[in-house]
This record gives sequence, C-alpha cells and structure tokens, in this order.
Amino acid sequence: MIKHYEISGTDFAAAGEASSDFKTMLKKIGVPPDVIRKVSIAMYEAEINTVIHGQGGFCDAEIGPDSIVITFTDHGPGIEDIERAMCAGYSTASDEIRDLGFGAGMGLPNIKKYTDDMKIESELGKGTTVVLTIKLF
Amino acid sequence: MLLKDICQILDAKVITGEGSEAVESIDIHMACGCDLMSDVLAFVKDQAMLLTGLMNQQVIRTAEMMDIIAVCFVRGKLPADEVVELAKERGITLIATKHPLYSACGMLYDKGLRGREHD
Repeated sequence: MIKHYEISGTDFAAAGEASSDFKTMLKKIGVPPDVIRKVSIAMYEAEINTVIHGQGGFCDAEIGPDSIVITFTDHGPGIEDIERAMCAGYSTASDEIRDLGFGAGMGLPNIKKYTDDMKIESELGKGTTVVLTIKLF
Repeated sequence: MLLKDICQILDAKVITGEGSEAVESIDIHMACGCDLMSDVLAFVKDQAMLLTGLMNQQVIRTAEMMDIIAVCFVRGKLPADEVVELAKERGITLIATKHPLYSACGMLYDKGLRGREHD
C-alpha cells in the first residue's frame, strides 16, 4: 500500500498534515504503537524539513510486509554538507523558522534516532531525497 | 497528577471543553517545558503535558505525533481559534496560565510532576 502526499513549501500551518494522515491510517490498520511512534516522529521531522528547507515537494509512504519506507523528495537548494547537517544542534534555518519552534538542529538527528535506516541524497541547486525505513517487527 | 490539580496549581483555565469531568480527570504522568518542537520530539514520553509559549498549529501537530494529551500555554497568551479547533479535532486538551514558562514548570515540579531524566 502506498500513500502519496504533496507538500506545500509556503503553507507552514499545513505542515504535518501528511504525517497526521499517515499516523491515523497506521492506527486504523493495527500497526504496533511503538512502530507508529517512530514513524510519526521521523516522518513529521522530515515533512517539516521539506517545508522549511526544501521549499515543498512530495512524499510517498509505503507499507511493505516487513517495513515502512517513506521517501521525501524536494527541489529546494540541496544540503551543502550532509555530515555537518547530521550533527545535533547544527542548523541553517532562518530566525523566522526558529520563531516557529523549529530550526534547532535536531531534525536529521531525530530522524536517524527513530528510523532503522535513513538515506539522504542531495545535490546543490537541484534538491534532496530522504528515504526513511522503519521495520515493522 | 490530574489535570484538574494542574489547573489549580497554575491557576489555569481549560480552553478546550471547559468544565468537562472527563477532561479534568486526565492523568498526566510527566511534563516538558519547551518552545523548540524538535526538542519535544526528541525527549518526551507517554502521558505527557507540554508547557510552551509557542502558539502555532505545529504545537498541536507535535503533540499529536508524540501522543501528548494536554498542552499548557504560558505567559497569559491564548491560541488562535484555528489552533484550538485543530486541538479539539485531534483530541488534545488545551489549558492556559498567566505564569511564565520557568515558573509554571517549577510550580508543577515542586508538587511532584517530573520531566524526563537525561539518558
């Protein structure tokens, strides 16, 4: 089963709607609560990143027999230094984003913490793809 | 700690479903005082209440993702109608106190409501 979500890069108030919808669906089909928690946190952080850094994009969330794989794709500016972006506390977010409660430099470290695998591909000026995998068992 | 006791300690009012017995009997096991939602996403555990001065929809979304059951807005600020509506829709109880964040957290800690210890 695959769910596709378009993510606006300009509507900050709507950020999180995809994660909310996917969480509701996981609850309905009886996915274990600890898995739902990991998926929710990782997906929400990635969705916020797609809005505030990626200028919007899309997300495909697939429930497979053994794992949930969520792919976020944006066509934003790309990540200059992925290794540095993975460090807790490092952020390139604007003051405006910080005023909204994000940009503390915990997004990618949080995603890594709550997933079983995370892959990032990014090209400057072209965009970023982040693939999150969470095992079901 | 029951939400009705928290409201009494903080002189707070419920802004979603005021007066409902079910709301007031919500049992809070721990609390987190924070304006940075990523920190909330990193550190909070179950049956928690979030105290924050941040007033946007992402507070509710963060609470929803973390299964946070109640949010307390501090410093006398009240959220916009769309924030309250989103909270009601997602089953999250909102309360508001005039106390600032540090004081509100201290008052609850003093009465036995703890936060998450460091790893």
